[in-house]
Amino acid sequence: MYQEQIRKIIGDHGRLATDISELENDSDLYAAGLTSLITVNLLLAIEDHFDVEFPDELLSRRTFQSINALSDAVDGLVAQPS
Amino acid sequence: MEPATAPAAPKSDFGALIDDVHRIGSDVVLPHAPDVDRDARFPHEAFAALRAERLLSAYVPVEFGGHGLTMTEIARICEVLGQYCASSAMVYAMHQIQVACIVHHAADSPFFRAYMQRLVDEQLLLASATTEMGVGGDLRSSTCAVESDGTGFRLKKMAPVISYALESDAILVTARSAPDADTSDQVLVLLDRHESEFEEIAGWDTLGFRGTRSLGFGLSGGGHVEQILPAPFADILAQSMHPFAHMTWGSLWLGLATDAVRKARASVRKKMAKNPDVPPVTALRLAEVDEILFGMRSGLYETMAEYQRLLDAGDPEAFSNFGFSIRVNNTKVTCSELVVDIVGRALQIVGISGYKNDSSSSLGRHLRDAYGAALMVNNDRIRGHNATMQVVYRQS
Repeated sequence: MYQEQIRKIIGDHGRLATDISELENDSDLYAAGLTSLITVNLLLAIEDHFDVEFPDELLSRRTFQSINALSDAVDGLVAQPS
Repeated sequence: MEPATAPAAPKSDFGALIDDVHRIGSDVVLPHAPDVDRDARFPHEAFAALRAERLLSAYVPVEFGGHGLTMTEIARICEVLGQYCASSAMVYAMHQIQVACIVHHAADSPFFRAYMQRLVDEQLLLASATTEMGVGGDLRSSTCAVESDGTGFRLKKMAPVISYALESDAILVTARSAPDADTSDQVLVLLDRHESEFEEIAGWDTLGFRGTRSLGFGLSGGGHVEQILPAPFADILAQSMHPFAHMTWGSLWLGLATDAVRKARASVRKKMAKNPDVPPVTALRLAEVDEILFGMRSGLYETMAEYQRLLDAGDPEAFSNFGFSIRVNNTKVTCSELVVDIVGRALQIVGISGYKNDSSSSLGRHLRDAYGAALMVNNDRIRGHNATMQVVYRQS
C-alpha cells in the first residue's frame, strides 16, 4: 500500500543501476544494483518519510528485496508504532 | 540449543580425530614448516598427510562418504594446524570454505552431488578466485562474465591472487552471470584446474603466509553450465563464504597465537628453573599475554557458536541480518589485530632467542605470518562495511 511513496524515495535516493521506472513492484532490487551503502541511505530516507524506526531484526536482505517487501515492512511499522 | 537435524558425524570420534591432527602437526607439518616458509613453496607433505586421513572431505556430509563434521569442528582443525604451520592451516581453511559453499548451496545439483563424492574419493583440493583486477577486494563486484551457449561456457578472469592455484584440483571463480549482467549479478563457477589455462601476472614473495603460494594469474577456462553453482553468489557469500572464512581464519590465527604463548611459557619456565627464589618479571608478562589470548579466543568462540546455531537452524534469512554481519566482521578485525599483539608480546618474553631465525624458540615466522592477518581482506575495508551498517543498526 506504500509502493508509490517508496518508489519515489528509491527514485530520489536509490542511485540504482536500473532506472526506477523500469522496475516492477516485485522486481529484485539487489539485481537492480542495490548495495549495502544504498540500502542504508534508503533506510534513513524511508524512516524519515514515514516517521518509523526499523528494528534490528528487519535489517536483512529480505526487507530490501523489492518495493513490495519494503512496503510490507513499512506497513508493519506504521500499524504498530514502537 | 539443539540442532534442527541430527548430526550424522561420529561425534565421539572427534577427540580422536583432533589427536590425529596434532600428530600430523608435530610429525609432518611442523618439521616442514621452516622450508615451506623459506622457499615459499606449497606444503605438499602436510597435504599428503591430511589426504591420507581423508581430512580434505571432512566437511562433506556422511551420506557422500565424508566425515560430516560441523563448521565448529572444521574450525577446530584449523586452530590445531595453526599451531604448527599457519600457511598449511590457511590452505586447509581456504579449501574448506570452498567445500562449504558446495555443501551448503549445491546439494540439490546432480553435478555437485557427484562432485562431493569425488571430493571424498580423490581428496580433491579446491582453490578460490574472487578478487579481480580493477575491482580489487570487493567480492560483490565482478568484471569478468560467464559466456554461455546454454550448455557450455567460457570464462576469463584477471585475478591478482589465487592461492595455491597450481597445486589445486579445481578453482571456484566469481563472475557476472552473463556478459550483459550488472557487476553485482554474480555466480560462483567451478573450473577444473587441469582444463584451465594460467598466465602468471604476479608473484608471491611476501613477508608471511609464504606457503599459500598466492600468485596472480590470468585464468581462462570453461566447461558445462552445470559447473555453475545454482544459488546466487550474494546468498553463498552471506551464508557461507563470509562467515565460514572469518571463523576458520580466526581459528588458525588463534592457533598461531597459542603457539607463540606456548613458546613464551616455555621460556618463563626455563628462567624460573634457573632462579627458583624470584619469579622472573616475564612471568607477569606471560600472565598478561594469556589474558589477551583469552579475549581473542572468547570473542571468536562466541561468534562461532552463533554461526553454528544459525547453520543448524537453517533459516537462510538470518545470515543477511546486519547484526550477524557486523559480529562476523568484528571477529575478523579483532582476531587479526590481537594475533599481532600476542605474538609481539610473546617475543618480548622469549627475548633474543625468539628474535633469532635459527633457534628453536624463534618467533620470526609467527610474527611475519601474524602481520598478514589484517591485510588479507583489509581490515579497513571491513570496517568500512561495518561503518555503513552501524549507522542504522541500533544494538551494541
